Amino acid sequence: MTDDKPTTGGVPVPVTPAGATSGAPAEFPPAAPAGRGMFGNQGTGDVSGFGGLVRQHREIEDSPRPYGGYFDEVRDALEEAYPAFGEAIEKVVVDRGELTLHIRPERIAEVCQVMRDDPALRFELCSSVSGVDYLGADERRLHVVYQLTSMTYRRQVRLEAAVSAEEPHLPSVTSVYPTADWQEREAYDMFGVVFDGHPALTRILMPDDWEGHPQRKDYPLGGVPVEYKGAEIPPPDKRRSYQ
Amino acid sequence: MTGSNYATERETTEGRVFTVTGGDWDDVVAGVDPINEGRIVVNMGPQHPSTHGVLRLILELEGETVREARSVVGYLHTGIEKNLEYRNWVQGSTFVTRMDYLSPIFNETAYSLAVEKLLGITDDVTERANTIRVLMMELNRISSHLVWLATTGMELGAISIMLYGFREREYILEIFELITGLRMNHAYVRPGGVAQDVPDEAIVKIREFLKVMPKRLKEYEDLLSGQPIWLERTQNVAVLDVTGCLALGVTGPVLRSAGLAWDLRKTMPYCGYETYEFDVPTHPDGDVWGRYLVRLAEIRESLKLVEQALDRLKPGPVMVADKKIAWPAQLAIGVDGMGNSLEHVAKIMGQSMESLIHHFKLVTEGFRVPPGQVYVAIESPRGELGVHAVSDGGTRPYRVHYREPSFVNLQALPAMAEGGLIADVIAGGASLDPVMGGCDR
Repeated sequence: MTDDKPTTGGVPVPVTPAGATSGAPAEFPPAAPAGRGMFGNQGTGDVSGFGGLVRQHREIEDSPRPYGGYFDEVRDALEEAYPAFGEAIEKVVVDRGELTLHIRPERIAEVCQVMRDDPALRFELCSSVSGVDYLGADERRLHVVYQLTSMTYRRQVRLEAAVSAEEPHLPSVTSVYPTADWQEREAYDMFGVVFDGHPALTRILMPDDWEGHPQRKDYPLGGVPVEYKGAEIPPPDKRRSYQ
Repeated sequence: MTGSNYATERETTEGRVFTVTGGDWDDVVAGVDPINEGRIVVNMGPQHPSTHGVLRLILELEGETVREARSVVGYLHTGIEKNLEYRNWVQGSTFVTRMDYLSPIFNETAYSLAVEKLLGITDDVTERANTIRVLMMELNRISSHLVWLATTGMELGAISIMLYGFREREYILEIFELITGLRMNHAYVRPGGVAQDVPDEAIVKIREFLKVMPKRLKEYEDLLSGQPIWLERTQNVAVLDVTGCLALGVTGPVLRSAGLAWDLRKTMPYCGYETYEFDVPTHPDGDVWGRYLVRLAEIRESLKLVEQALDRLKPGPVMVADKKIAWPAQLAIGVDGMGNSLEHVAKIMGQSMESLIHHFKLVTEGFRVPPGQVYVAIESPRGELGVHAVSDGGTRPYRVHYREPSFVNLQALPAMAEGGLIADVIAGGASLDPVMGGCDR
């Protein structure tokens, strides 16, 4: 908390986070992006000597074949059923026993259609749609993640499409998976990703007139300092912490 | 209408608006011109006794028939997913347990399984820890289904079942209190195992519960299953078939009541469920009655699972052996709740400086999780509970998303309600068993 906070008799008063009222991030580009320094503290001097550490972000890399398990079958079946495979699939990653297909965002609805309808794939259920903000690690920082489940073959696969914060558009998959309706609304609400073709893309968890997208990494957590036994404990996102 | 204690009316640009907080429906609609105003819009909730918390329904009615239904959620949004990003991985347990407050153990287990998968220690979790997890989850499933039975009964006018359901649920909460120290919000299942071992008194109490519960289930059935009003209110009401369920992403008892035996404990097992013997109950009709029968049968299956878990509970560690991950202290229940055991505090403060350093590092910094992402799904009482966890290699989660079955299932409400009677909206909504704490997170 800065010194100019409003106070009433020493009792801290909540300050509305800047991003909540203006829609603009509190500080952009952020002074200390995640992965900078070891303790993530700003303001007070860092005497640890670890303040200059910058954690490297790994590039997403294609996994070598064979992937193992059913992953090869899924990839081959998709390649056979979907003529634009080479163009639409950016990367195929196998990590921790899970298969992730990185898809060009404009192709996501087509790929979902094939994944659902092809008899060798049959991903009937779209389990989850959510977002991740890779601020500072990826130019197209907003990733939309789709978890598909095949009940016929008992398989799971993850589709991931990355868009930039300036042009956060990709087609909606609601025409393929109606269950994505609310989940896309949540991703829009929390990350500001716009799903073109969605029947009613409105906020779902935050109030209708809310500004900003709270789950973005440059959106502050907010909170007020708390006094405990005479000492002032800053809000969680202002505390000195390990990164 | 005007002057009544129950309803007032006022003119707005959208038409006449009535505020109804009770009273007789005929009195309310008496104010409506039946010829020119065939359709009325009823706003039900977010404060309404039959909406399971703060769910808001907007219903367009023609007489008593629902023509359009829309649900509005978000009134209980607490930003847990965002908050998780500012705490270390172990502290996450205390947050996620508060999401779906009727099934805290499931929230914790799904989170722990995701963190373990990220760490690559899934196979290192001890047998006893896994057995305790199964035991706790199945007890939790029973208590969650009991609350469903109790509240649904109440909403459909069967008040007595409400008292019975909560009575038996109380029994389970007492068992939970004995084991975890708390009735709800346990933070008991932690990444790497469980917070502490099950005390012997709890085993005795669970055995007692196993003896009592089948009789109580019989009582519920005597109360409801042959009851003509209950049958009228549930049979062929709010039907949703398998195609509808899959399109709308509905899983859990609702999907099984439509005839598809999809249960993640069987189809994609975790925590060793593949080694237990139990059945997946289904029903062919996909109506509220089917959901009632499926849930009752699931309580019976859970009792079987609890018994098997008790039988195979062998002494052993309940946390992974890796000292870089396992919480250094044994926990003990003191006068002010659960905390580090006094012996441990005496040791680190008086005897071993290395232990103190280790304790301090693990508690303040926490452990680091290698970068990557995983998705873990388990079968909660409401359906597929999925956790998408992302790590950037730090000591705190980079992103945790909960695929909440309450949230996803609620989308099916218009499909169930439209074209039916307004009374069946209550039955249909209740049969989905939404918990708004989980839905809004």
